[in-house]
Parts: sequence; C-alpha cells; structure tokens
Amino acid sequence: MIKLRIWRGDARDGALKDVEVEANEGEVVLDVIHRVQATQMGDLAVRWNCKAGKCGSCSMEINGKPRLACMTQVANFEEGETITVTPLRAFPVIKDLVTDVSFNYKKAMEVDSFTPPVGLKAGEVRMAQVDVERSQEFRKCIECFLCQDTCHVIRDHEENKKSFAGPRFFIRLAELDMHPLDILKNRKQKAQAEHGLGMCNITKCCTEVCPEHIKITDNAIIPMKERVVDVKYDPVRWLGSKIRKREGIV
Amino acid sequence: MSEKIPMERHNYDVLVIGAGGAGLRAAVEAREAGLRVAIICKSLFGKAHTVMAEGGIAASMGNVNDKDGWKVHFRDTMRGGKFLNHYRMAELHAKESPDRVWELELWGALFDRTGEGKISQRNFGGHEYPRLAHVGDRTGLELIRTMQQKIVSMQQQDKKDHGDAESYLKVFAEVTITEVLKENGKVVGAYGYKRENGNELLFESPAVILATGGVGKTFKITSNSWEGTGDGHALALKAGGNLVDMEFLQFHPTGMVWPPSVRGILVTESVRGEGGVLTNTKGERFMFKYIPDVFKDKYADNEAEADRWYLDQDNNRRPPELLPRDEVARAINAEVKAGRGSPHGGVFLDVSKRIPADVIKKRLPSMWHQFYELAGVDITKEPMEVGPTCHYVMGGVEVDPDTAAAVGVAGLFAAGEVAGGMHGSNRLGGNSLSDLLVFGRRAGAGAADYVKNSQPVKVSEASIRDAAEKIAAPFKRTGGENPYTLHQELQEITHNLVGIIRTRSELQDAIEKIAAIRKRIEEVSVSGNRLFNPGFHLSFDLDNMLLVAESTAKSAIVREESRGGHTRDDFPAMDPKWRSQNNIASFNGKEVVVKQQNLPKMPNELFDLFDIHELEKYLSKEELPNNAGVRS
Repeated sequence: MIKLRIWRGDARDGALKDVEVEANEGEVVLDVIHRVQATQMGDLAVRWNCKAGKCGSCSMEINGKPRLACMTQVANFEEGETITVTPLRAFPVIKDLVTDVSFNYKKAMEVDSFTPPVGLKAGEVRMAQVDVERSQEFRKCIECFLCQDTCHVIRDHEENKKSFAGPRFFIRLAELDMHPLDILKNRKQKAQAEHGLGMCNITKCCTEVCPEHIKITDNAIIPMKERVVDVKYDPVRWLGSKIRKREGIV
Repeated sequence: MSEKIPMERHNYDVLVIGAGGAGLRAAVEAREAGLRVAIICKSLFGKAHTVMAEGGIAASMGNVNDKDGWKVHFRDTMRGGKFLNHYRMAELHAKESPDRVWELELWGALFDRTGEGKISQRNFGGHEYPRLAHVGDRTGLELIRTMQQKIVSMQQQDKKDHGDAESYLKVFAEVTITEVLKENGKVVGAYGYKRENGNELLFESPAVILATGGVGKTFKITSNSWEGTGDGHALALKAGGNLVDMEFLQFHPTGMVWPPSVRGILVTESVRGEGGVLTNTKGERFMFKYIPDVFKDKYADNEAEADRWYLDQDNNRRPPELLPRDEVARAINAEVKAGRGSPHGGVFLDVSKRIPADVIKKRLPSMWHQFYELAGVDITKEPMEVGPTCHYVMGGVEVDPDTAAAVGVAGLFAAGEVAGGMHGSNRLGGNSLSDLLVFGRRAGAGAADYVKNSQPVKVSEASIRDAAEKIAAPFKRTGGENPYTLHQELQEITHNLVGIIRTRSELQDAIEKIAAIRKRIEEVSVSGNRLFNPGFHLSFDLDNMLLVAESTAKSAIVREESRGGHTRDDFPAMDPKWRSQNNIASFNGKEVVVKQQNLPKMPNELFDLFDIHELEKYLSKEELPNNAGVRS
C-alpha cells in the first residue's frame, strides 16, 4: 500500500484528499491513480491516453514538480513517503487533476503557419538529413505543456499570458525558422515583438521538465534571441553567427 | 439530477467524429470543398491514438528501391490480408498513398531523408521493398502534428477571409458522441456531451464521418489508449450500418510484457525492420520454424541468408522475423506455450548484438527511452522481452471503397481503423497511416459530394429528448454495478475466450457470458456529477465495447477456418470456401446478428498482377477466372 494525497475539487474550490492504495512492482503514478479511480473515487478526473510518454496527456504536478504521471515510477519515491498529486498550476482547474489548457491552443493559433514557396510541387522536395534534423528536434514535442506550466513568466503571473507565448511556442517558432522549406523571413522578429521572447530570461526550467529532452533553451530560445539582436544591429555578424551555429548544432 | 442540463445546438455541413489521422484528413478535404466542418475530439486536439504509430507510412514512392510501385504494394497488401481484402480498397490505397505522403511535406512534415535528399523508406514486415516513410520511430506524432497544424493554418485563413477562425472549421475537444441521429432513414446529425461542463450538444448535419479508430480496450492486453473502445463501430451498428469481418483482430507480436503496468505497450516492428531478431529462452532464432507454405519462396530458411538480406535484397530472401504480424504473433504464442518463453512469459527481441548503440538511439529513440524509463532495460546492451498485444481491428464498418459511404445508411461515412475491408484478415505494418490518409481524404470528398446534393436537415424534438434521456440514465439508476469492475470482467471474457487462439466451445461460452454481462451493463450506476467524470464516461464506452465483443465472438464462431487475425484451434487451416466470404454483422436492437456475403469479385487486370501458382494457394478453382494470373 502507498499513500497518495490527491487534489480534488473544481474551479470554485477544492482540497487535498488522503488515500491509501495498493501498488505493484514497476507501476507508475498513473497506475495507482487509475486504481484509486476504479476502487475508491469513480469520478476522479484525470487525463491520459497512451500511457507510454508519447501523447503528453497525463501532465500534472507530482510532489510539486511538473511531470507526466505515466513516466513517473512509484519506486522512485521513498518507502512510506506520501506522493502528492495536484493539477498544473499555470492553468485554471476544471476538475481534480484536469486543467483548462486552452491557453496553449490560442497561442498555437497566433503563430504564423508553415509557409512553403509558391509552386513547390509534391514529390519534388529534396532536403538533406542534416538540415531537417534541427527542426526535427522541436517536432518531437508531445505538447504536454509541462514547459508552459513551469515557466515562471506565466506560472504565477496571469497578467503575462496575453503577451507571452511560452517555451512550447518558442520551439515552434524556432522549428519554422529553421525549417528548410519555410520562406517567412521575419519569424525571429515576430517572436520578439509579438510572442514575448524577450520576457524569457533563460533560467532553463522548461528544458529541465521536458520529457522529450528537447534542449528548449539552448537550441531554440538562445539562438533566436542572439539572432534577433544581431539582425537588429549587425547583419554581417548575424550571417557569420548563423553559419557557425549550423555547424555547432547536432 | 433534477436541474435542466443546458444544450448547445450546432449546425454544420459535415460532422467528423474522431480527430486522428483519418478524421483530420477528412475534415481538410471537406473544408477544401467549401463546406462548414465540425471535428469531434474524444480527448484534447492532437492526442489521438495516431500519435502511437511508430514505424512509418507505407507508400511505394520507390525512393530506396526503384523497383517498388503500386502494383507491388497492392500484391503485398493482398498477401498480408490473405486475399480477404476488398480488392478495390487495396488498389486505391496502393495507388494513392505516395501522393498522400508527399502532400504532408507541403504541409510542413519533416521525414527522415535518403542520401539524395528524398524521403527515406524502411523495411517492414510483409513489404517486399523498403517502403515506410518515417521520422525515427515517432512517425505517428509527425502525422498528427502535421494534420493539426494544417487545420490551424486553414483556420487562420478563414480568420483572414471571414473574420472568425472557427467560422468554417471548428474543433470540439473532449466531447463524446453517444448517438448518430436519423430521420426518415437518413443521417441528420449526432448527439453527445462535453466533459468540461457536462453540457449536451446537438449537431445538425446531413453527413457524419466516423473516424473513431479501434477497439483494443475491449481486450485485457492492448497497445490501445483509453479511446479505443469501438465507439464508431457501435454508433454505426446502432444507426443501421454493417460491420464486416469483426473476427479479425491483429495481435501485434511485440508488446512489452514486463513490468505488469506496461504490459501491452507497443514495441515497434521497426526494431525487426532494422535487424532485431527473436529468440526463445534456449537462444534459438525460432522464426525459421514458422514460415508457412504460402510464404516459403519469399523468406529465408537459414540464418546466413537472412543476415545477408540486410545488405543485398536482390539476391537473398527476407528474414522470417519480417513475416506478416499474424504469423509472428502465433509463433511467439506457440514458443511460450511450449515452455520456451522468457521469464515473464514472452520471448526475447534483440537489436543490441547487431546494431551499434548510437545507431539504435538514433533510429529507435522512443523505444530506447520507453524501455529505459519504464522497464529499466537498456536495449543497446540487452534484449527486450516481448509478447503479443491486441493492437488493431481489421474488421469495421462496411463501406463503398471510392466514397467511404457506409453501406445501408445514407449520410454516414467511415474511414481509418473503424472502416473494414481494406486490410482483409491481417494488416501489414505501415498500411494503417497510409489508410488513414487515403480513405480520410476520400471520406471527406465523399461526404462533400453527398452534402452538395442533399437538403438541409432538421432533428425532431422527439429524437433530442430520447438522446438526452439515454445520457442521463446512468445517474438516475442507483445500486447498479461499478463500471470499472464490469469493464475488467468484459476484458477477462474477451482475453480468455476470444483471444489469439479460439475454439468453438470457448466462443460459445463467450457469447453466453457477453449476453449475461449486457444486462448488468445496462444497469450500471455512477457516482458524482457530469463534470469531467470518467466513471460516467465509461458507462457509454462499456456499451460500445459490449457490441464490439459480441460482433467479434459471433463472427469468430461461424468462420470455421484459420486466416490472418483469426486462429481456430479446431479449424487450423485456411479454407478456400471461406476465402470468398465476408461475415456481415448487424444489430437488430436487441442483439448482433451475423450473416455471410460474397466478397466482391476482383477484376482480371488485378488477378494478372499475381502468379497463378500463388493464386491457387488461396482461391478455389471456381473462383479463378479463365486465363487469369501470370504463368511463370
């Protein structure tokens, strides 16, 4: 048996509830939450889909840390330790462990879509592996929104949400900026002017919580910040740094 | 609940139920035809089970081996399905899948590349040439994200043109449809509820496209997520549609077996495509013993030749690890039964001895991650333990191949896993993602054509009242059983009696047990309120899974042969008599009824793509047209 402390409630109010539940070898936190659901709290709300770390649905805070419940082993906790599970703090609660993440879908709508050259024909595209790999790293994103949840710019600052897209969309902007077929020229400038890139002060919290181990800060945010500065002040240096960066990024 | 539940009323030209690859591709097509489209997501947008597809999309682009082409792909698909496929679906699929892959690139997808910069293609079970376009082992994620972003780009365009991003294309996330509504024999919309507030939703729409995916959650060990509860299968049955060949379930040969919490989670076939071998506890590479006669001339019968094939495919036969999935699953099952299984009841799958660690991490990154994080196994150093897991249902809604229109229900369409026929008795790996795109697009176009020739629809007040009552029912009952307990019981029944190996007596037992559990499921009661209540939701899923289980058991008991994803211990051989028969399940309001129907006759020009000797292995003499097939 293990001890769980689960936040239960809705948008109006709620509280932590203590439960004890059976746990078996190799189980993850999502398994024991499901067992609570099946045996003690039939209406306990939790999102999940793949249970293999591939869909990014079961995001929650486990002992205060943003995590995927399906990838968090119960065995990682001390014996007798109470595991506390709470909803993502950066987003409004709907019920129990489920939050309203529509903020992220609104921000996705604000990013200018992929824009290939006019007249590009299906089947005629040629790209080198080395050129697609930079954007591929960012396309590994499973949209768990843990990076958004942990980012201190919005975590406890609702007022910043309007002008700040968050790490998930910085990697989306970087992905498009580095996409070999994308022809929109001003993505970095827009990242700065419209999506709040400048508000990020590169504390790397987003990188630390990313379950896909995407180097959000080093490979997306910092290169965009550098280039947006360079573009502003010195086009020749910008060109030089772009060439060096290409060699440096695996 | 005494308070009045609010109901939102919506009106669309096309309602797409399901937001995986097929649903999103259908929505794009219908929107491009100028129509107003609603997409129903069971979960959040972008989380559909399509993300779990790992290996790739099969399309005969010929980028790695230029001998490939649609005819070869068609042949492989028919062989994989043991000639029970609807020939026209297999033909359309083989012809159109390259265009569907290439168009993804124009929407932003970034596939892995060949040295020439083309889309790279990898080997997979049952495919004669390297054919699967892929992104490492997360191809499904790339597909779903590309489609999701395509939808967003269309919404952005609508915002520019019409001032509102959602004016023509709107996604309804975390919505469950409980009923497809009909008036005067035609579809007029659908009814359901929204989890985030419990409100009910009425969609008035002349066309409804089912793209709800699979049924895996009906079984105990499955690779499917919570969404795979056969919703579209059940909605179609209840709307008067047919399900074709529901006995055919694909048990993917390689699911994780340890620890128990991950039992069933998929281990991609790419592991074998990249050179992984299967061994039993005695260290034998056992697949050589399990090559069936129909495949003897295509698969190597010794290790030396199998190993050479990875370097020279023109002069060697393929390793038997790459046989179609049904063959490999049965072989693993037999090894375990014979006492040669691994410690946790599977067999060993090993890439560590054949591929350098850095290459494994590059080509199979999510497999490495999955085993390392969930099982504590480093696949670059040690073998994986794997065993069969319920992965895919070949059976599904009977449709017209060209338009995806459901047979017998005007205005209803179905595409992707929920549709039947395309894969016959067994699906080849990689043919699912291409199926989603090819038939998703066709369903969108088919629905658009239908709507343009139809009248505006109106749902009657009586239908609305009836649908609302059904949703409210689980809260009105008290003292009924816990839905979670009944779900586990249903899974035990299907697992034990309708699993990989079946017999008449067990199937009969299953049918009786399913009938008995129906009464209890109809009396389920749930706690709490409507707000995001998983127990309440499961009460609807249960009803769907029950219809699926009944269709599967009743189809399985009449098909007295073994073929593809249906193995009868009491009828272990393929029977040409059954080759020409589809099982057609329908629902009479009380129970599922199964009857037989002749397969559509394949035209001679498609027969001519095969060697006559191969055709003779599958078809009876009477079925072979005069002079069909090539004599070698």
